Amino acid sequence: MNLQSRHLLGLEGMSKEDITLILDTAESFREVLERPIKKVPPLQGKTIVNLFFENSTRTRISFELAERRLSADVVSFSSGGSSISKGETLKDTARNIEAMKIDMVVVRHSSAGVPHFLSRVVQANVINAGDGLHEHPTQALLDMMTLRQKYKSLEGLRVCIVGDILHSRVARSNIFGLRTMGAEVSVCGPATLIPRYIEQLGVRVYNRLEDVIPNIDVLNVLRIQLERQKSGLFPSLREYHRYFGVTKEKVDKASHPITIMHPGPINRDVELSADLADGPHSVILEQVTNGVAVRMSVLYLLGTAQ
Amino acid sequence: MKLFLQGGRLIDPLSGKDEGMDFLIVDGRIEKMGKNLSANSTYETIQLRNCIIAPGFIDMHVHLREPGFEHKETIATGCAAAAAGGFTAICCMPNTNPPIDDESVVRYVQDTAKKVTKGLVDVYPIAAATKERKGEELAPIAELAEAGAVALSDDGSPIASAELMRRVFEYSSMFGLPVIQHAEEPTMTKGGVMNEGFQSTRLGLPGIPPIAEELMVVRDCILLRYIPKAKYHVAHVSTSGTVEAIRRAKAEKLNITAEVTPHHFTLTDEAVESFDTNTKINPPLRTSDDVAAVKEGLRDGTIDVIASDHAPHTIDEKDVEYLDAPFGIVGLETSVGLSITTLVETKILTMAQLIEKLSLNPRRIVGLEPIRIEEGEKTNFTFLDPTKEWTVDVESFHSKSKNSPYNGWKLKGKAIGVMNGSQYWYKP
Repeated sequence: MNLQSRHLLGLEGMSKEDITLILDTAESFREVLERPIKKVPPLQGKTIVNLFFENSTRTRISFELAERRLSADVVSFSSGGSSISKGETLKDTARNIEAMKIDMVVVRHSSAGVPHFLSRVVQANVINAGDGLHEHPTQALLDMMTLRQKYKSLEGLRVCIVGDILHSRVARSNIFGLRTMGAEVSVCGPATLIPRYIEQLGVRVYNRLEDVIPNIDVLNVLRIQLERQKSGLFPSLREYHRYFGVTKEKVDKASHPITIMHPGPINRDVELSADLADGPHSVILEQVTNGVAVRMSVLYLLGTAQ
Repeated sequence: MKLFLQGGRLIDPLSGKDEGMDFLIVDGRIEKMGKNLSANSTYETIQLRNCIIAPGFIDMHVHLREPGFEHKETIATGCAAAAAGGFTAICCMPNTNPPIDDESVVRYVQDTAKKVTKGLVDVYPIAAATKERKGEELAPIAELAEAGAVALSDDGSPIASAELMRRVFEYSSMFGLPVIQHAEEPTMTKGGVMNEGFQSTRLGLPGIPPIAEELMVVRDCILLRYIPKAKYHVAHVSTSGTVEAIRRAKAEKLNITAEVTPHHFTLTDEAVESFDTNTKINPPLRTSDDVAAVKEGLRDGTIDVIASDHAPHTIDEKDVEYLDAPFGIVGLETSVGLSITTLVETKILTMAQLIEKLSLNPRRIVGLEPIRIEEGEKTNFTFLDPTKEWTVDVESFHSKSKNSPYNGWKLKGKAIGVMNGSQYWYKP
């Protein structure tokens, strides 16, 4: 079975069949990860470069681990800021990759569209590990994998994404993927952090957690960045926590347990209270484990496609 | 030099003529004009059957890049692009290095243009309204006017300070110079790279809200009401709200005029989904509602002028991350074709109305005499083939830069030549 595209650039437009194939394949790799010897051979002889133009620890480690467990040869490159800051253009970087006969490129960049640009200029398979505020498809896939494990199906599942939707590629990819899989998606946050016209993506918009909590199954809590305060988007972390922080007190208002997710790293007791993050309904560490499995699945499907 | 222009159709909005007309041209002047003329063998014949003879077009919004950025464009290459695109005149914006904020730079541009085009393309510099285009102190406007600057603008940057805009209006009104505003409230556009709307939400690119433009235009209209002697020209109108604000100001008889670029009536922000940096323009490509409003503004006369905002950048400068790419596209060589295809073919404008927006109106706004097509007058013509079907090929551009989103577009209608005095360029 092959995916429809040679690249994983985003979840917008990806079919339900492709997402299901990635998630199903990820389940079998999840099983591999439980074995004492966690390495399998499918990408033996393939060379993968991880191009991280934006600081990242956990996504890069998760990808590297996935690559090594599939027996690929791995080169990683990290640099803050754009390639321009080093004096080399992205196009030159791409040409160098081409010259080094790399098979797959995993790229994270602060500018939306960089994976798309690379996919047009290199022969290698391109995997988007986060492009600007645009998409972070493997994060959304691991989120969906985690939810599918818990709820068996995503159809009709009620998921609310909470926080800084405006600046979140995790939110966008989750909206695209979850909507395709038949989930009901809502977003909740201060009006200044909800982008205009987001309803047109098929989501409902809330500005009060109290209004949305009674009617959902899952809260996917986004990290709030202090720098947004400086650009005038919210007054203080204290006020943010009070009105948009997800706390036990607020989720307990629901008559049923609510699953707590977070893409990490967590600002404890800012967007999410520590008791919930570590509580019985948190699946945050499951997300991390599934992250490796989902990335193995994507690398495997793209790297071994006929 | 003796030329016989045979078989063309003259469309001259100034005299109201729209009829078949032959011309005998001697040494750059109209010796004789009339129907079914003949010429002896001392005349070279230019066959214009099925073609239109129009008063020479002017593009009042061009970035020539010289001095300072000659790797993008020079006065010579920019003027060659203008002639190839059907323009006998251009107004060039002052964001050069050094900027055109000093009479010596005005003269440098004028002198270089005369030397390199030998009079085929007239270049009229637009001077900075403020020193170094910083929006802090008035530029030496009297000296710039005396040197021949035809308008004032900090284009690329808005004149953001209300106090300074007031003073620019007051001071420039002494010389009758129009103030061309790049309308953008800068506190609302920091970091923005595309229109703020559904597409920016979808693509995760930082937005430039339409109200940033509208707020500035509305503010300027209020200032203009206070200083009614000033002349205000809105550059590159891009939103429906701006069109509406200008319509109201015109109803109020304020001294306001406006231009639109071909890209703002042919493309929408949906084009950005390719992440092609040739869709990165300021003001940004807007929505289909805005495109419709701009076309209606052209139709009902709210928008007076079509100008290209020709903004050359090299391939290496443009072929970078979307966030890092410079704003702007070249437009001189596609402007006329896009206008005929999108506006005349669809009957939004008649050909005569289009010619007004490319010749009569912009010349009036920058204080140039209209072109008179009469016996004894100097020639200044644009030749159009209104039915010619052609495909845009950036590699064939005369401009030094190829940053156009229109490569491969099929257009109908093309400028096939220009004549300015004894100079002409003709490629049927």
